[in-house]
Amino acid sequence: MPYSFASGTRKDVLALMIRSRVFEQKIEELFTNHSMHGTTHLAIGQEAVHAGVALGLEQRDWIMTTHRCHGHTLARGADLFAMMAEFFGDSRGLSRGLGGSMHLIDMEHRNAGSSAVVGSSVALATGMALQLKRQNRDEIVVAFFGDGASNRGIIHEAMNMASIWNLPVLFLCEHNGYGMSSPAHRMVSVSSIAERGSGYGIKSDSIDGNAVQEVYSKVREIRQWMMEHQRPYLLEVKTYRFSGHSKSDKRVYRSREEEAQWMKKDPIEAFSRVLIAEKEITEQEISDLFEQERAQITEIADFFLNDHQELTLRDAEQYVYASGGDR
Amino acid sequence: MRQISYREAIREALAEEMARDEQVVLMGEDVGCYGGCFSVTSGLIDIYGPHQVIETPVSEEGIVAVAVGAAIMGMRPVVEVMYGDFSTLASDPLINHAAKTRFMSGGRQSVPMVYRTPMGSGTGAAAQHTQSLETLFTNIPGLKVIYPCTPSDAKGLLKSAIRCDDPVVFLEHKNYGLSSLIPEEDYTIEIGKADVKRKGTDLTIITYGKMVSQALSAALTLEDDEISAEVVDLRTLRPLDTEAIRASVKKTGRAVILHEGPAFGGFSGEIAAAIVEDEDTFRALKGPVKRIGGQEIPTPFNKNLEMQMAPQVSQIISVSLSLFS
Ligand SMILES: Cc1ncc(C[n+]2csc(CCOP(=O)(O)OP(=O)(O)O)c2C)c(N)n1
Ligand SMILES: [Mg+2]
Repeated sequence: MPYSFASGTRKDVLALMIRSRVFEQKIEELFTNHSMHGTTHLAIGQEAVHAGVALGLEQRDWIMTTHRCHGHTLARGADLFAMMAEFFGDSRGLSRGLGGSMHLIDMEHRNAGSSAVVGSSVALATGMALQLKRQNRDEIVVAFFGDGASNRGIIHEAMNMASIWNLPVLFLCEHNGYGMSSPAHRMVSVSSIAERGSGYGIKSDSIDGNAVQEVYSKVREIRQWMMEHQRPYLLEVKTYRFSGHSKSDKRVYRSREEEAQWMKKDPIEAFSRVLIAEKEITEQEISDLFEQERAQITEIADFFLNDHQELTLRDAEQYVYASGGDR
Repeated sequence: MRQISYREAIREALAEEMARDEQVVLMGEDVGCYGGCFSVTSGLIDIYGPHQVIETPVSEEGIVAVAVGAAIMGMRPVVEVMYGDFSTLASDPLINHAAKTRFMSGGRQSVPMVYRTPMGSGTGAAAQHTQSLETLFTNIPGLKVIYPCTPSDAKGLLKSAIRCDDPVVFLEHKNYGLSSLIPEEDYTIEIGKADVKRKGTDLTIITYGKMVSQALSAALTLEDDEISAEVVDLRTLRPLDTEAIRASVKKTGRAVILHEGPAFGGFSGEIAAAIVEDEDTFRALKGPVKRIGGQEIPTPFNKNLEMQMAPQVSQIISVSLSLFS
């Protein structure tokens, strides 16, 4: 691999993935016991993508994510308090409790939010890249989308525009095998979504999304290439969501055996094994990490369980237009 | 009579029509083993198989357009789109194509299809999954637009929609568990006919969709103030049953119009026009025509705020009472 994590930082990478896992487990618990309302889309099992991409980018780069946005948002460095608050609909949340779990946005960390109309954000990200290019900025935009969303026409339109205008957008398909209940092998016309790049003259590749070092290295490499060539890129990362699609999913569309097969490729365990083998961490230290992250996140969740603040409808009205009132 | 839910009523209509005519084909995302986003289509694929239940990719514009094409060739597709909000994506094939094919062919070609999708808030799914967008379609000649509230209306109207030779937009509310009695026998309900859900003499509440339930609760409470409210459930928005609206308002002299989406630019304006444009009805009015719509903001995620989005029963009561002061 052309790029590797700086020496001594791999433990932090593991910690980041663990934080994401534990955070989502906490969210799942809070939804299950009805402390939170609405629905939620967990990305448990996809942590290597979140960490690998976030760490492979420069701080000044941008992302635009999907309905399954917790991991991306956390990995980019969002404040955990503000994230958790958003899930509780608390006014101290990333979007003051107005956006919720599917619409995490964190401009401070150059996370321009997500669309819950899956796929649409890919074209918005392409527009962000258009502006970056006009301003000659040395930054790229990552447009996340899933295998399911890859069938939206808008993504194809966006890829064409990015190609003809040479825009700095990295189309990043998080291929977890399913769009809700629909398996990609029945819904997507090609076995690898990376193949679709060629239809738009966009260079592409497909990699193992459960190997954090590989994702990281590939993203750094692509970023370099995009800067040199002033071209978009399409990267497919193959992964699996261990969780159901959303809160209410009974997972009737896939077998427990298939899930068990993928569990063996758990990205956190895989990376842990590497670090243990290379004597960078011990099993004990890993379970300590889990404990620490769990303690931290439980403390934050408990805080919001006991201390809720929210906007009134009149407060919320001021966020509809720039002037704060009807125009 | 049997007690069934809104969800089951829609499923029964689909099942009976698919059994009656193999050209009736259900299309949509996750409508197979998953049973659709709101479990409306559960089990249908086991009975009718992939020949009549087609699971599609996430391609709203595409699948609705494909349905239009298939309808041209004699299929009678029923397309399910998970959330009414995605009607923005599905609207080109519906508005620019399905609605106009008959006309542009000089009456030689029809597009017999149904577009089914749920509207409204209350699910905690935030701003992009909770809108009421019926007015996207009500302004389009060539489309019929239905928005039933009760299980029995949903079943009878969906069956009529499927048998209709024109494109029909069939809107659903998300209170899929709402249950009521429905007839045992095979029946249909005529498109374009309102239904008086409650008889009254002092005031008419005109509404449709989920708000019919709110109107009925308000009417019950208004009884305590000795006000007899009539509730007119439009059921179909286009063509609009102006006769039923006018007949009721002529009788009561007072009109409150209610829907879940914002009143500004909302369908309530059309209903108000139907009242005041008619000389006799206008003269019968004892006070101004009142409209109640949802909040004029996108739906907040926060639960307490979301619950205040749609018109509240208390608001219907106070607006109604204001017509008597
Ligand atoms: C335009 C649109 N159609 C349908 C949906 C409903 N929906 C939500 S998530 C989802 C599946 C998306 O699958 P994929 O893109 O693979 O992302 P994943 O859920 O696997 O992360 C669907 C169909 C939606 N949100 N937006
Ligand atoms: Mg997927």
